[in-house]
Amino acid sequence: MAITLLRPFGPLLLGGVVGFGLTAPSNAAEELRIGYVAPTTGIFAQVGKDMVDGFQMYLDDVKGDFGGAKVKFIVEDEQAKPDTAVTRAKKLILQDKVHMLVGGLLASSGYALAPVSTADKTVYVVPVSAADDLTQRDLSKFPYMVRTGWSSSQPSHPFGQWACEQGYKKIVAIGADYAFGYEVVGGFQRAFEACGGQIIQKIWPPLGAKDFGPYIPTIKAEADAIFSLMVGPMSLQFPKQLAASGNKKPVIGGGTSYDEFVLPSMGDEVIGHVSALQYSAALENPKNEAFVKKYRTKYGKVPSYYSETNYTTAQMIHEVIKANNGNFPGLEAFVKQLAAIKVDSIRGPVSIDEMRNPVQNIYIKKVEKKKMFGYDKDELWNTVIKTYANVNQFGQFNKDEFLKTPVYNRDYPPCKFCN
Amino acid sequence: MRNQQVKILLVVAALAALAIIVPNTNSFLILLATRVLAFAILVMSVDLLLGYTGLPSLGQAAYLAVGAYLTAILATKYQFGLGYDFWLVVVGGILLGAALAAVFGLLAIRATGVYFLMITLALGQCVWGLAYRWNSLTNGDNGINLRQRPQFGIDLANEVTFFYLVLGFFVVSLLLLYTLVRSPFGLSLAGIRERELRMRILGYNTWLHKYIAFIIAGAFGGLSGVLWAHTAGIVSPVNVELAFSVDALLMAVLGGSGTLVGGVIGAFIVFGLREYLSTLVPWWQYVLGGVYVLTILYLPTGLMGIPERIRQRRARTGNREEEKEIAPVTP
Repeated sequence: MAITLLRPFGPLLLGGVVGFGLTAPSNAAEELRIGYVAPTTGIFAQVGKDMVDGFQMYLDDVKGDFGGAKVKFIVEDEQAKPDTAVTRAKKLILQDKVHMLVGGLLASSGYALAPVSTADKTVYVVPVSAADDLTQRDLSKFPYMVRTGWSSSQPSHPFGQWACEQGYKKIVAIGADYAFGYEVVGGFQRAFEACGGQIIQKIWPPLGAKDFGPYIPTIKAEADAIFSLMVGPMSLQFPKQLAASGNKKPVIGGGTSYDEFVLPSMGDEVIGHVSALQYSAALENPKNEAFVKKYRTKYGKVPSYYSETNYTTAQMIHEVIKANNGNFPGLEAFVKQLAAIKVDSIRGPVSIDEMRNPVQNIYIKKVEKKKMFGYDKDELWNTVIKTYANVNQFGQFNKDEFLKTPVYNRDYPPCKFCN
Repeated sequence: MRNQQVKILLVVAALAALAIIVPNTNSFLILLATRVLAFAILVMSVDLLLGYTGLPSLGQAAYLAVGAYLTAILATKYQFGLGYDFWLVVVGGILLGAALAAVFGLLAIRATGVYFLMITLALGQCVWGLAYRWNSLTNGDNGINLRQRPQFGIDLANEVTFFYLVLGFFVVSLLLLYTLVRSPFGLSLAGIRERELRMRILGYNTWLHKYIAFIIAGAFGGLSGVLWAHTAGIVSPVNVELAFSVDALLMAVLGGSGTLVGGVIGAFIVFGLREYLSTLVPWWQYVLGGVYVLTILYLPTGLMGIPERIRQRRARTGNREEEKEIAPVTP
């Protein structure tokens, strides 16, 4: 009976004991609730799995402990639909009372989640969603958002310059017909034409196209190279059908045309194709080697940039919480500190620019078939052939002039050298 | 007639319970309930076509979408509809939905059955194509974010206030549709559903009847779109996708077509499983799939058909008992 009566006071007594006994880290057992939004069902479920696995792996590595704070990692399924992303974010904020939202795959999800963070005054960390304007022309609308991934056109700017250095004069661009495609192709066009190149044709097959039969024969014969921007299953089909058509031109492309998410399913026809991104699983540094090996043992596949960027995002959040002795420093302070962070990550040094987008290395990568990291089979790897260090989202362009031009779209930059 | 009064009382009680219980739950549930009610107006419009006129429409999301896009575009580009002018947007959404249905109806009403299904599907996809490709207006697949809800004396940013507003619209829609389906016009729609040829022989202009029903359904779709835009806070081509129209149709069938409130129950069940159960367990899709399959196999008349089936079974067993009693006497 006495015990029953005392029960309500138990935690109080215990708290007193702990408080007196261990004075050092106050609030050391604080719980840090991270709400994570990714597609775990539907056609993007596999990408979503890579995202969650990357984040989870970091949590496992530190045993769910961020400088004393216990991390509660709550994953919600956004189904790659902006509507659903909003509902799930609301659930995380209102019901689970999370300290921050992380995630969102497609640009549309990023655009859906960022306003939620503003309206509900919650941190939103963007590891994947790459829509340029989130950290460019629309930045002022989203004061609590920090991007830790990339902006779509960021790798394209140095890549355009690289294409000039290869001596390409005329290039045909073929890209998936949606915002992400416009931004990757647009960035490449701006950079390539700034150094004297000419985009002589732009072809936009619809998102999800599997038959490129109507498009490949229209590629102009005088082109020196073909720039492709494919996503998901399109990435697999396009090189196959291009090779089958007897193409002899060099093929280069945006990062998602050859990232590690699609590479293991590709055939030998992609050997020699060149693409640009902020990560390659074939990066030769000890950190990446350890990461690839561990990830592969754990999840049975080579990590993609989706996995890496989430692992690194978890690392960044950890750094901030650790600097605050395991406490969440409050909304504005957290955003400020996360935006000031510099980490030495798997993909190289990463810092955040004043518009809250990462400054990072951009790797020009060539698909090669070889053995890597002691694996005994010949596999396709994205070998890094050139590194552009510390590239920000504006690349070689002046920020103010850049922001005066419209965001890349189907008609911008205009195709001056078409016809 | 007494039976009907009991039903009405039940619906009123359910609505009253909803109005009292929901605002006292947590704010996520309030948000979900608001979504369900906004969407339920679209489901009822589907039911008007499917259950009362016998026209299965697979493109109903198009009307929701025009209403929603109208709201979003006016609010973000012209700052219109964020004060008392919200009511003008409501009227605009209804008129736009009706106007689109008036155009589409000219093409679709000539067909029935599966062909009607196909034509409405194709027309719905046309609207999807516009939403997806007309970048300058619709912002393509990124969609349009509404940054604020209207404020006119009352602040709709408050979830509870907004819930009551949507509930109000829902109740008015339900009343209007209920009056409509019980009017002579509604009865002639039912006549068309049962046997169009006979109605035509009786001298009814069945084409016109169906056309008007189609336009009315479009108007309610537009209304539901205006509310949906402010509920979700984002309008994107996902709202015009085939899956969105299919949802509306499935909810109507699940609850029981030709009952109006059945669709609402269907909406609550589907949203409940998809948006709420999914936050609790990862295998929610099996539950949702199971519910669909079981309903189609065992309850072709939907959930609203349950009381009727029970009554029939009771009547049947009653008959059998009588037969048994009589049986020994016969030889």
